[in-house]
Amino acid sequence: MTGTQVKPSVAPGVRLGRVSFVWRPWLVCVTLLLAAATFLLFCLSIGVGDFPIGLPQVIATILGRGEQVDEFVIMDLRMPRALAGCVVGIALGMSGAITQSIARNPLASPDILGITWGAGAVAVFLVTVSGGTATAVVNSVGLSGAALAGGLGTGLLVYLLAWRRGIDGFRLILIGLSVSAVMEAITTWLLVTADIRDVARAQAWLVGSLDNRSWDDVRVALWCTLALAAVVAGVAFQFKPLHLGDDVAAGLGVRYTVVRAVLLLCAVLLAGVAVSAAGPVSFVALVAPQVAMRLARCPTPPLVASGLTGALLLIGADLVARTALPMTLPVGVVTAAIGGPFLVYLLVRANLR
Amino acid sequence: MGTLALERPVPTGTTRARKRRVAGSLALVSVLLAAMVVSLGVGARGLTPSEVWYGLTAGPGGADHRLTEIRLIVQTVRIPRTVLATVAGVALGVGGALIQGYTRNPIADTGLLGVNAGASFAVVSVIAVFGFANPFQYVWFAFAGAAVAGVVVFGLASIGRGAGNPLTLALAGQGVTVFLAAMTTAVALSDKASLNALRFWNAGSVAGVGFGVIWPVTAFVAAGLVLALTTLPAVNLLNLGDDVARGLGVNIALNRTVGIIAVTLLAGAATAACGSIAFLGLMVAHVARYLTGPDYRWLVPYAGLLGAIVLLLCDIAGRLLVRPGELDAGVVVALLGAPFFAVLVWRGKFKSA
Repeated sequence: MTGTQVKPSVAPGVRLGRVSFVWRPWLVCVTLLLAAATFLLFCLSIGVGDFPIGLPQVIATILGRGEQVDEFVIMDLRMPRALAGCVVGIALGMSGAITQSIARNPLASPDILGITWGAGAVAVFLVTVSGGTATAVVNSVGLSGAALAGGLGTGLLVYLLAWRRGIDGFRLILIGLSVSAVMEAITTWLLVTADIRDVARAQAWLVGSLDNRSWDDVRVALWCTLALAAVVAGVAFQFKPLHLGDDVAAGLGVRYTVVRAVLLLCAVLLAGVAVSAAGPVSFVALVAPQVAMRLARCPTPPLVASGLTGALLLIGADLVARTALPMTLPVGVVTAAIGGPFLVYLLVRANLR
Repeated sequence: MGTLALERPVPTGTTRARKRRVAGSLALVSVLLAAMVVSLGVGARGLTPSEVWYGLTAGPGGADHRLTEIRLIVQTVRIPRTVLATVAGVALGVGGALIQGYTRNPIADTGLLGVNAGASFAVVSVIAVFGFANPFQYVWFAFAGAAVAGVVVFGLASIGRGAGNPLTLALAGQGVTVFLAAMTTAVALSDKASLNALRFWNAGSVAGVGFGVIWPVTAFVAAGLVLALTTLPAVNLLNLGDDVARGLGVNIALNRTVGIIAVTLLAGAATAACGSIAFLGLMVAHVARYLTGPDYRWLVPYAGLLGAIVLLLCDIAGRLLVRPGELDAGVVVALLGAPFFAVLVWRGKFKSA
């Protein structure tokens, strides 16, 4: 896309010895604000429930200075859910920011890397086909585990098919769209031929939810996300020039094939972490980077801010779903219902200014 | 991607290029006619050419049981679905090529304007509210939903200074689509009849629709085609960038409005009659661009012909693959079309969009 509509003011460059970067105070401000808001909402989300706990107690307990009753409710019962929302949001937001940057297309999301629909197809297959092998698979690795394997396998397939003397962003998108379309068609067909009760179960899984998370689920997701975020941070300095196109990036000394391969792998794995922890909550990865970009007034999706926006969106949606709505809805639905209109609002506001 | 028209040098032998394009379109028309004939004969009950001819020409009456059966099969089953596949295929092909032209985005599909999401939402809503059981009852609600969604997206993208900026249009479409999809899921999860209808709707089929629906749909598609054809020269200029186009005397706002109305009419009518058929428009737009080059005056008609051919062939394949049952055409488009498309991508047939 050439016609970017966000027009940032010219940001000053800063040089410290051998390191130089663009100084964007507004981006730093927004990132800090997002982090604070995420933490507040995180604590609020923990406090709200059948047994309400005030914000100060929640913060005290998280810092390890709370009462024992609160500690049980917070650390054992509510923390996993809130943390899962946070981790999934960060993973999806960053994954989306990376994908949109590599594809240089704001319509791209990790969906096009095949992982979402790959996981969905496997899960729906296991839910709808009741049989010896399917049941055995579900019993041994769990539905999420099997779905994750399917998603990663599909992601690998997309990557291999798109590889031809290196990865080209445009080819990757088209291959990813094709593979995703096949997986989506398989899912649709399975749903059409299945029993309606299984369809309801499968549909619920496809939407994604944060219900019944245990510490075991969350711990793995948390460590994976942290590790992947560290890897992304390692190559983040070479990330920006990729927006300018391969030739310019090469001219600026970026080994773009290597950087892009590492980043893509991270994007796929981050999306995989999210799928395993909450199911395919697909909208966050699409919306969060675009929202973050407009909040931070950056020309390209900012990595950290995108992750925080994703977390904010997911925790907020979960909070709304649990408190404000008359019926219980999966967090995926509420996230989309809030995130979509908010993106539109930002677009309209930018046009009116 | 905005520099679309610069990708290919001006052909030296313009007349030769034109001859090749005319010959190509004639070839496509003959393939389309052949596919239509085959579509009349193939199915759960296979018919010989002479039987098809009898079925086409015979009037009502006649005592012979076998001949009456043939006449009924051809006139009430095969002709409607052949006509619908052709009309919907043309509509989705032209719509897909146009939306890629207007958003200057190679991964834009006919669903981008929220048309599919609007139609799905209308379908599940009227089923949940009125308890409709028969697809004929909700066809017009689906069309209304698609049209409203298209108008809302274009309206939102045109507020203030936007005036249909391609990026704003694409993102506003995404935002509205995400929101409507969430609402659709929310309704479907709480109402089993809606969920049941939704899964068949998502599969996308050209079978089982009578002429009572097909004629009005054809009228809408025809109107959309006329509008689309009038804007084609302007699409070429718009792809040089808004500033250049304005400099060359193109009324940008008018052309975008007409073009988006055309896409909404085409995609909305096809979707209302068939359910959501994803990927077709995107796929044939790329194949057409490969065949004709970036000139939209040729690209769009080619995409229409290709869309009809692909949808017809996929419908035929769906009847043959799982005999005596049938696979829905929308599923076959993705199952067979997407791998074929992926091979073309992998072989480097699409340099850029």
